[in-house]
Amino acid sequence: MEEGTGVSGEVVHGFAVARGEMLEKTTSLEDSVHDEAALVRRVCAGEHDLFYELIRPYERRVYSAAFAILRNPSDAEDVAQEAALKAFKNIRQFRSESRFSTWLIQITVNEARMWRRKGRAHMIEPIVNQQDEEGNYTPRDFADWREIPSETLERNEIRHKLAEALASLGQIYREVFVLRDMQQLSIDETAKALGISTASVKTRLLRARLMLRDLLSPGLGGSWSSRLQFEKGVKPW
Amino acid sequence: MVVNCDEVWREVSNYLEGDLSPELRQAIDQHVSGCKRCAAVLDGTRNVVKLYGDERMLDVPLGFSHRMQRRLEENLPGRAGSRRGFMGWMVAAAAAMIAVGSFEVARSASSGNSNLRSEHAQSATGVPPDMVVLVSSDGGADGRIFHRAGCTFIHDKDHVRTMVARNAMREGYTPCVRCLKQYLSTKRVLAVRDTKIPS
Repeated sequence: MEEGTGVSGEVVHGFAVARGEMLEKTTSLEDSVHDEAALVRRVCAGEHDLFYELIRPYERRVYSAAFAILRNPSDAEDVAQEAALKAFKNIRQFRSESRFSTWLIQITVNEARMWRRKGRAHMIEPIVNQQDEEGNYTPRDFADWREIPSETLERNEIRHKLAEALASLGQIYREVFVLRDMQQLSIDETAKALGISTASVKTRLLRARLMLRDLLSPGLGGSWSSRLQFEKGVKPW
Repeated sequence: MVVNCDEVWREVSNYLEGDLSPELRQAIDQHVSGCKRCAAVLDGTRNVVKLYGDERMLDVPLGFSHRMQRRLEENLPGRAGSRRGFMGWMVAAAAAMIAVGSFEVARSASSGNSNLRSEHAQSATGVPPDMVVLVSSDGGADGRIFHRAGCTFIHDKDHVRTMVARNAMREGYTPCVRCLKQYLSTKRVLAVRDTKIPS
């Protein structure tokens, strides 16, 4: 499959993007950044009512970033709200060198980690323990992977299974995967948000992707899938 | 350049990111075209990235946006919620003032006749103790007031009884401000007032 280049200059995950669509996206992103900068200035100038408009496009991302760390819907929602309030209180410190969304996610990650440290999170230990980051990860399943169509995501049980697989990863892998592959932050932005090196992001991302592939692989009927409670190794797709 | 399976697995992520040199990329393409296992790994990983990258995977609980908006409204300065907060403080302050006021009234009422402030409830001074006075037998609408005989301000004339002033005062009756005006202790009451107000 042909690779396409995204608006940030990075390759969009193995899927072709038409050039026209790319230009449209670029223009749209520039417009949105411009609008966003104006909104930030107006909020700083005292139009506090506009703050929700500023964070509204990202509130789902804020929640999912918090959930990636806390794995509890109630805690994630509390942290998302706290992060939004903290962003408001510190909005004058926002520098437009970075994207507002990245800054907001960074605040959310810090807030979630603090929440967790304070022991307020109702943590459940991951099924797949954190593994040695340095060692190579060997894929466990080599069955042909017929593509799972995106349409299957309309089904709640599919989304639930994917979420279940993600939740079973160790936290360091889950954080990186959520920010990079679900929130579409760049490698650099992910590294910045998590306070780690880009090399660590890449290493963890590789392992996260491969582990998820094994967890969701159609040919695997072993222990990993049974932990996910897939029925006797039969995947729901 | 030739790569083996281990090298392909190590570079799968970078391959999908497009973060490889053209030579390495070409070597991986060549390897994958002849290796079913590596093709399965590459396709599966690509599928994982595609599925999780779908907007539908960023699910939030029902009512999340509403609750977020409400929390901001309640906490941002100048928002409606913040004004409600200010009103809340005002109501609390008013309630506190009423409570303090009630306490003060109760304290004043319990401090005896010497602190009576109403002209309708002033203690008497110099009332002849043996003077026959009229009181309502049940306290009635007249309250605990004693009158001279013939006073036109007795409210419940059907239930009056007579007694001497000494006993009336002992029972807590106070002189009528109309018919017994000359016996009121107005000056003393005012003196008490004057000492309290400046404080």
